[in-house]
Amino acid sequence: MSANDFWADGEPVFDKAAPDGPVETRWERRKFAAKLVNPANRRKLTVIVVGTGLAGGSAAATLAEAGYRVKSYCYQDSPRRAHSIAAQGGINAAKNYRNDGDSVYRLFYDTVKGGDFRARESNVYRLAQVSVNIIDQCVAQGVPFAREYGGLLDNRSFGGTQVSRTFYARGQTGQQLLLGAYQALERQIGLGNVEMNARHEMLELIIVDGKARGIVVRDMVTGEITTEFADAVVLASGGYGNVFFLSTNAKGCNVTAAWRAHRKGALFANPCYTQIHPTCIPESGSHQSKLTLMSESLRNDGRVWVPKNAADCQKPAGEIAEADRDYYLERIYPSFGNLVPRDIASRAAKNVCDEGRGVGPGGLGVYLDFADAINRLGRKAVEAKYGNLFEMYERITGEDPYATPMRIYPAVHYTMGGLWVDYDLQSTVPGLFVIGEANFSDHGANRLGASALMQGLADGYFVLPNTISNYLAAGPFPKVTEADAPVVEARKLVEDRIEKFLSIDGDRTVDSFHRELGQIMWEYCGMERTEEGLTKAIGLIRALKEEFWTRVKVPGKGEELNQNLEKAGRVADFIELGELMCIDALHRRESCGGHFRGESQTPDGEALRHDDEFSYAAAWEYFGADGRPVLHKEDLNFEYVHPSTRSYK
Amino acid sequence: MDIKVRVWRQPGPSAAGKMVTYDVKGISPDASFLEMIDVLNETLILDGDDPIAFDHDCREGICGMCSMVVNGVAHGPEKATTVCQLHMRKFSDGDVIDVEPWRAAAFPVIKDLVVDRSAFDQIIQAGGYITAPTGTAPDAHATPVPKKDADAAFEAATCIGCGACVAACPNGSSMLFTAAKIAHLGLMPQGQPERDSRVIDMLQAQDDAGFGGCTNAGECTTVCPKGIPLSLIGRLNSDYRKAISKN
Ligand SMILES: Cc1cc2nc3c(=O)[nH]c(=O)nc-3n(C[C@H](O)[C@H](O)[C@H](O)COP(=O)(O)OP(=O)(O)OC[C@H]3O[C@@H](n4cnc5c(N)ncnc54)[C@H](O)[C@@H]3O)c2cc1C
Ligand code: SF4
Ligand code: FES
Repeated sequence: MSANDFWADGEPVFDKAAPDGPVETRWERRKFAAKLVNPANRRKLTVIVVGTGLAGGSAAATLAEAGYRVKSYCYQDSPRRAHSIAAQGGINAAKNYRNDGDSVYRLFYDTVKGGDFRARESNVYRLAQVSVNIIDQCVAQGVPFAREYGGLLDNRSFGGTQVSRTFYARGQTGQQLLLGAYQALERQIGLGNVEMNARHEMLELIIVDGKARGIVVRDMVTGEITTEFADAVVLASGGYGNVFFLSTNAKGCNVTAAWRAHRKGALFANPCYTQIHPTCIPESGSHQSKLTLMSESLRNDGRVWVPKNAADCQKPAGEIAEADRDYYLERIYPSFGNLVPRDIASRAAKNVCDEGRGVGPGGLGVYLDFADAINRLGRKAVEAKYGNLFEMYERITGEDPYATPMRIYPAVHYTMGGLWVDYDLQSTVPGLFVIGEANFSDHGANRLGASALMQGLADGYFVLPNTISNYLAAGPFPKVTEADAPVVEARKLVEDRIEKFLSIDGDRTVDSFHRELGQIMWEYCGMERTEEGLTKAIGLIRALKEEFWTRVKVPGKGEELNQNLEKAGRVADFIELGELMCIDALHRRESCGGHFRGESQTPDGEALRHDDEFSYAAAWEYFGADGRPVLHKEDLNFEYVHPSTRSYK
Repeated sequence: MDIKVRVWRQPGPSAAGKMVTYDVKGISPDASFLEMIDVLNETLILDGDDPIAFDHDCREGICGMCSMVVNGVAHGPEKATTVCQLHMRKFSDGDVIDVEPWRAAAFPVIKDLVVDRSAFDQIIQAGGYITAPTGTAPDAHATPVPKKDADAAFEAATCIGCGACVAACPNGSSMLFTAAKIAHLGLMPQGQPERDSRVIDMLQAQDDAGFGGCTNAGECTTVCPKGIPLSLIGRLNSDYRKAISKN
């Protein structure tokens, strides 16, 4: 499908920052070629970092250590609470401490392949290279990773790989890594090198003379709107999974920072690439406000099954004979079994439920059974590995997973798409850098388990601090003031929007719109997408947008703590993003990674890529809320890992 | 289930607050406590009332953002459980449930159930870290850490910084929070160089931020969602004595 009513074709986009030549030395050569800022000048340069998760926290701390002045923002009451805190399973690194044949090249290979050949080789290779430094850095900070009796670090294996390269801290790896970054950040705050602004939300990007020079923020306690200036702006604002309303993301996760930048000219790449995680606790009713992930590490020891016969689905699991159970992942994918990548595991669960063999309320669930593991390893060993996850499951469902198998179902978990960045992690707006889940860079169409933490910390500790200097070397840039026209205009945009929300005074709550958007997205832009469904969804979203702006009811005032006003801004942006996601999904008439098009599958129901037509990243340009977005393609070239059909059979 | 909630309503930091009673009807026992408040808020909004402000984010018991005193107990009746992980099946039809904010001198109320906990960040700023600037680290295997120590450090590091310990303490003391960080870092070889200055500076910051003194009441550990044990306060005190005797 080419340009039509929904979008227009534009010029290709190129990554001019990545060196060519041997992939092993590209990062070394880029670092060498990048201009440096002399230490005495760094004090004169200010960098705004939006977000304090693994990406933003590590970047802010590292930039401050290097001598830059940093202003940091997050919407929570403390930088320690960024959503990275919730990551459970682990972080990958090519340390090869197991001596099981791992290497930088293998991690690179696995990630390119796992991403279904839709990521840039240069970026992924660099990610694998710096992965080893991350573990060193975190250990030096005192991150209490799991260890073996000899005192050395322990590893586990994770979905999509055949080596053990995942470092972990029980089921709280994200928490421990984030606390490491947070503590480094607090140290810099204490030293006066970072100005921390918690409970502050970025609502607009300020561009002066074509360069990102600041942001408009709202103090979420007083409602005061201020404009903040810097020599460069870094967005580390996380992913947009909450466009589905129900997801495993924290309730406040949002796309606003990224979307506002997109509206100001930053291209948004591959928005439709969404990861649906196979092991989440199923929905329990209409009150459901979020979904809870059960770490994928559970698939190392748990076995996934459903009854062979739909008639057995209502029976308690214990009454279903072994012979009547279908361990469908082990059956269909004998070599990877329960450890197939996430997208495959999710779709397989949907398929068996669509066949009427799902278990639990509404037939939307499959079993994850630990009976064999408990027999083999003993309850104690299972408890030591997964105790906290089992407790969490019991708290939420009221069922004991040691006695009855867990029920799980896929849920939206991660978004591979994000703002387009070059090898330097710079967006199409000069001076605007994007790191962590907020960018689109390293995971292609599907992210492997334990690779998001790796990417967030790689970007924040090791990549951005080296590349941003190349940009900042030309600074300090001319002083920006409140009175400059672009600043006045950006501030007015924010104020007008808030006033508009508060004045509509309709008859529907913000949450009701969010839920409805989520249902549309899950139904038509979820695990399986079709031309017909997506076209319908675009119509529904447009109607919803219209309704939102005429019927939403936002109580209270702007000059106070007003959580519904915060939500209204986020939902308004999610609605626009949702439309773009559907357009992106519609234009990509192939299946790849987390994007499965019903029309593009093999006879046995596997995803079918079309490399001849779609071996590119789709970077979208904003053309007004009612205009057609413009598609810019970045061609992907594979010099090392040649596209093949993924096979986990 | 049909229940009543009596909720602390306070429009702003300096405004007076009071308990207000609301009916919540037809709530599912599978709903979480926060989902119950969500449902109530939806009705309040449509009725033209101000919805209840409360802090929350992950709703998985890990970010430490949620903070409500339920029936007089910080995080509510279920042991080792944050209020976001508390479910309505723990209550009975017809119950009247009191919901209040954290109350402590160092955590002033901002609105309704939302309080200001930035004093915790100040304690960490004072020394709750290991100085290890990016890029200076040796190989991760350079220093083995006995599994026993690594595991104990991890247990202490699971503190989510929620502040329930402070809310439960009759003195509004932050000792358990501080002790957890001192133990986490002090149990690792990497944490030794700054061990003395860390404990001295963090205790000073705690006093400066307006937290009360510890009298070993033990209420903190009872409400702690992560089960941080009281013994860590003993450990902190012993670290402190050693540190000042050297200085
Ligand atoms: C439940 C769960 C488990 C996971 N487990 C794993 C795992 O085991 N391994 C793995 O590799 N990955 C895992 N992931 C994915 C991984 O946790 C995330 O991709 C990663 O932590 C994102 O980090 P980040 O720094 O990019 O963003 P986040 O941690 O989401 O931080 C975003 C920051 O931006 C701030 N922010 C956002 N918008 C604004 C705004 N408008 N104004 C001001 N501030 C703003 C927020 O306050 C926050 O500080 C998991 C994800 C989930 C949901
Ligand atoms: S010690 Fe426990 S109660 Fe206190 S802040 Fe930490 S987790 Fe919360
Ligand atoms: S909302 Fe995160 S711990 Fe309760």
